[in-house]
Amino acid sequence: MTWTSLNAWVAAPEIFLFCATCVILLLDLFVSDAKRGITHALALIALVVTGVLLVYGYSPAQQFGFSHMFIADPLATLAKVGMVIGVALVLIYGRSYAIDRGIFKGELYSLALFSLLGMMVMASAINMLTLYIGLELLSLSLYALVALRRDSVESTEAAMKYFVLGALASGMLLYGMSMVYGATGSLNVFEISQKLLIDHEGNKLLAVFGLVFIVTGIGFKLGAVPFHMWVPDVYQGAPTPITQLIGSAPKLAAFAFTIRLLAQALEGFTPEWRQMLVVLAVLSLAIGNLTAIAQTNIKRMFAYSTISHMGFLLLGILVGSAVGYAAAFFYAVTYMLTAAAGFGVVMLLARQGFEADRLDDYKGLARNHPWFAGMLLMVMFSMAGVPVFVGFFAKLAVLKAVINLGMVWLAVFAVAMSLVGAFYYLRVVKLMYFDEPESSGALSGSLFSRVVLSLNCLALLFIGLYPNGLLSLLTDAVVFSLPL
Amino acid sequence: MTGQLLSCAIWVPIVAGLIVLATGGDKNAGLQRWLALAGALLGFLVTIPLYTGFDVASAGMQFEELRPWVSSFNINYHLGVDGLSVWFVILNAFTTLMVVLAGWQVIERRVGQYMAAFLIMSGLINGAFAALDAILFYVFFEAMLIPMYLVIGIWGGPRRVYASIKFFLYTFLGSLLTLVAFIYLYYQAGGSFEIQDFHRLPLGMTAQALVLVAFFFAFAVKVPMWPVHTWLPDAHVEAPTGGSMVLAAITLKLGAYGFLRFALPIAPDASREYAWVFVVLSLIAVVYIGFVALVQTDMKKLVAYSSISHMGFVTLGFFMFARGTDLNSFAVEGAIVQMISHGFVSAAMFFCIGVMYDRVHSRKIADYGGVANKMPIFASFFMLFAMANAGLPGTSGFVGEFFVVLGAVQVNFWYAVLAATTLIFGAAYTLWMYKRVIFGEVANHHVAELLDVNKREFLVLVILAVAVLGMGLYPKPFTDLMHFSVNDLIWHVSQTKLPQ
Repeated sequence: MTWTSLNAWVAAPEIFLFCATCVILLLDLFVSDAKRGITHALALIALVVTGVLLVYGYSPAQQFGFSHMFIADPLATLAKVGMVIGVALVLIYGRSYAIDRGIFKGELYSLALFSLLGMMVMASAINMLTLYIGLELLSLSLYALVALRRDSVESTEAAMKYFVLGALASGMLLYGMSMVYGATGSLNVFEISQKLLIDHEGNKLLAVFGLVFIVTGIGFKLGAVPFHMWVPDVYQGAPTPITQLIGSAPKLAAFAFTIRLLAQALEGFTPEWRQMLVVLAVLSLAIGNLTAIAQTNIKRMFAYSTISHMGFLLLGILVGSAVGYAAAFFYAVTYMLTAAAGFGVVMLLARQGFEADRLDDYKGLARNHPWFAGMLLMVMFSMAGVPVFVGFFAKLAVLKAVINLGMVWLAVFAVAMSLVGAFYYLRVVKLMYFDEPESSGALSGSLFSRVVLSLNCLALLFIGLYPNGLLSLLTDAVVFSLPL
Repeated sequence: MTGQLLSCAIWVPIVAGLIVLATGGDKNAGLQRWLALAGALLGFLVTIPLYTGFDVASAGMQFEELRPWVSSFNINYHLGVDGLSVWFVILNAFTTLMVVLAGWQVIERRVGQYMAAFLIMSGLINGAFAALDAILFYVFFEAMLIPMYLVIGIWGGPRRVYASIKFFLYTFLGSLLTLVAFIYLYYQAGGSFEIQDFHRLPLGMTAQALVLVAFFFAFAVKVPMWPVHTWLPDAHVEAPTGGSMVLAAITLKLGAYGFLRFALPIAPDASREYAWVFVVLSLIAVVYIGFVALVQTDMKKLVAYSSISHMGFVTLGFFMFARGTDLNSFAVEGAIVQMISHGFVSAAMFFCIGVMYDRVHSRKIADYGGVANKMPIFASFFMLFAMANAGLPGTSGFVGEFFVVLGAVQVNFWYAVLAATTLIFGAAYTLWMYKRVIFGEVANHHVAELLDVNKREFLVLVILAVAVLGMGLYPKPFTDLMHFSVNDLIWHVSQTKLPQ
C-alpha cells in the first residue's frame, strides 16, 4: 500500500471525530460530576468541527481512499452531515433529561460519538468488511447506550433484546456477504457489481441466496416488518435521548448502507431485491400503521410509526433508479429531522420522576404551553404527510417515483395506509388541543435547547414551503454518486 | 398590484391570522377581535378588484401569476381565475367577514386562535380556488383541513372529537387518491402538473375512468354526495356557528368546484359514460335526503341535510349531458348559481340558528316555539332566509334551482320531475321547522326570556339579506362573469379525448 492509494484526507472528518472522541473520553476521567458540562460542550464542539470538515470537503465527485475501501461521494457526505446534525440534536435535547436521570456521564457522550463514527463509516464504506465494521461500531455503541440506565429493568431488558436480535441480524448479514464473496470473489462493492454484470448466470443462485440474507440484515437494521420485533421494546425501554438517537440519525446510515449494498454492489439483481423490498414495504406500512393505533405510550407509538415510515423509505429504494434513491434520501433526511423534533418535545415535557411518555400526558398541552403544542402539532401533521409540512413532499417524492415505475397499486396502498396513520397522529393533536389538562406540567430544558427545538420544528414548515433547495441538493448528490 | 391580486387574496388573511395569533392569550381578546375584523375586511377588499377588473368576454384565465416553486418536480406557484372560480374567491372572503362578526362575542375562550384559524383557512381556500397547478391546489386543499379540524375540535359541541376526526379522515382519504391521480397525470402529460395541460391531455377510456374514480372520492366526499355524506351532519352539528357557516358556504363548494375544474375537463369521455351514476346519486341526495331532513329534530342537522340536498342539485346540474353528448349550459350555469346562492343562504341559516343557540343553548326544535313574540326583527329575517332555502322566487335560492330544472327538462323529463320535488321538500322541511320554532305560543321560560338581535347581529343579517335578495332579483352580474367560461367548459367537454 502506498501513500497515494491511502489518500487518508478523504476520511478527515472520521479521523478527526475518532481522535476527538478519544480525547473526550480521556479528559472526562478528570472531570467531576458537577463539571460534566465540559464534556457536553466538548462533544458539541467536536460535532461542529466534524460538520465543518464535511462541508469543507464536499465535492461533486467520487474520491477514493484506503485502497478503494472508503469513498467520499456527495451522497455519503450529505448523509454524514445529516447524521452529525441528528446526533447534535440528541445531545442538545437530551442534556437536562440526562442530568435528571443520573446518566449525564462521559459514557453517554463518548458512546454517542462512537456510534456517529460507525454511521459515518457505514455511509462511506465500499467494501463489505468496512461496511460491516461501521455497522458493528454503531450497533455496539447503541446496545451499551440503551442499557445506560443500569438500575432500570426496562432499559436492561430492552438492551438485552436489542443485543440478541441485533447480533443475530449481524450474523445473517455477514453470512450473506460471505456468499456474495463466494459467488464473485470480491468484497469491493464496485468489483462485485462488475463481476455480477459480466458473469450474470455463473453463480447466480449462490449470489441470490446471499442476497436474501443481506436483505434480512438490512430489514433488521431499518426495523422493517417482519424484522421489526425489537423496535417497540427498544424505543420504549431506552432512555428518551437514546430513543431519539436510534430513531433519527441511524436511519440515514441504514439508507446509505442499503444503497451501497443493493443499489451499487447488487445492482444487477434489482428485479430480485425489488420483490423482497416490496414485501417488506407493504408489511411495514400495514403493520406499523395499524399497530400504532393501539398504543398508549407515545414512544411505542413513535416506534410503530417509524416502522411505517421505513416502509415508505423502502418504497423509494425499491424503485431502483436515481429518482427513487433521491426520493428515499429526501425521505430519510426529513424523517430524521421530524423524529428528532418529536422526541425533543417529549424530553422537554419530561422531568424528574415523570417521563411524559404516556399519550395522556399530552392532554391539554395547548392550554399550558401553546408554543410547544404548536410545535408538536407541526411534527404530527408532517409525519401524517399533510401539506404544507415537509412530510408531504417526502411522501410526494416517493409516490412519484413509485408511480413512475408503473406500480400504481403500491402507491394506492401506501396512501391508504397513510390514512390509517393520520388517525393516530390526529389523536395526539386531539389530546393536546381538545382535552382539558390533567396537570400543569413545567417544562425542562435550557433556553438554548428550546430555541434549537423551535428552529427544528419550524424547519419542518420552512422546508415544506421551500422544498426545492434540499430536494435538488439531494437529487444531485444521488446522480453524482450513482452513475447509473 | 393588479398582478398580485390573487396572491393578496391568499396571503393577506393568512398574515392577518398569524398577527392575531401572535398577540397571545385571551387577555388581549378585544384587540384580537378588531385585528381579525380588519384582516377579514382587508381580505375582502382585495377581492373586489377581481370583480371590477374581470373581463367578462374572456373564457381564459385572468389575473394570472406564475412563478417556479419546486423546480425539481416542475411544480409552479401558478394562480389564476376564470368565470368558474372568481365568484368563489369573493364569496369566501365575504363569508370570512361574516364569520368574524358572527363569532364576535359568542366565542369567549381562545378568541385569538379562533379568529386566526378562520383567517388562515380563508386564505388557504382562496388558494385552492385560484390554483392552476395541481400540486399547489392539493397543498391548499389539504392544508385547509388543519384549521377546520382544530375549529371543530376546540370550539365544537359535545361530540366534537368524533366529528372532527371523522371530518378529517373522510376528506383525507379522498384527497390522497387524488394525489395519486395527479402524479399519474403528471407522467402522462410529460412531466407537468399544470391543470390546463391536464385538460388538453388525451387519455384512454380506462385511464379516464380510474382518474374519475379518484376525483370522485375526493370531491364527492367534500360536496358531499350520497352515500359519502355522513360526515357532514356530524361536523355541522358539532361545529361552532362560524365553522358551520364556512363549511356550508365554502368548503362544500370546493368539492363541486373540483368536478368543474378536474373531473369534467380531464375525463370528459368517462364523465359522459358514467354521468348516469352521478345523476342517480344526485337524485338520491335530492329526494332521499329531503325526506331525511323532514324528520330531523335538531335544527342544525336539518339545515345540514338540506345542504346535502341542495348540493345534490348542483352535482345534478353538472352531469346533465343533453342527448348524450353535450353538457347543458342552463344546467351548469344554474348549478354554479346555486352554489353561490347556497353559500349565502346556508351561511344565513346557520347564523340564525347560532343566534338562537347563543341565547337558549339548545338546537332542538322542541325547545322552541313562539320566538316571534320575543324576537320580531329576528323572526322576519329568519323568514326571508327560510324562504330562500325553500327556493322562493325573488330570492337567490330560486334562480339556480329554476335553471337546473330547466336544463333537466331538456335532457330527460323524469330527471326534471324528481329534481323539482326538492322545491316541495325544501319548502316542507324548512317552513315546517320555521313554524314550530317561530310561531305559536311562547313555549317555555327560555323563550320568554329571549332578547331580540343586537346591533352586530342585525348588521350580519342585513348584509346577508341584501345578498340573498340582490342575487334573487338581479342575478345578471353573477351569470355574466361565468357565461364564457361555462360555454368554454361545455365545448371542451364535448370534445372527445380518447386517442384516435
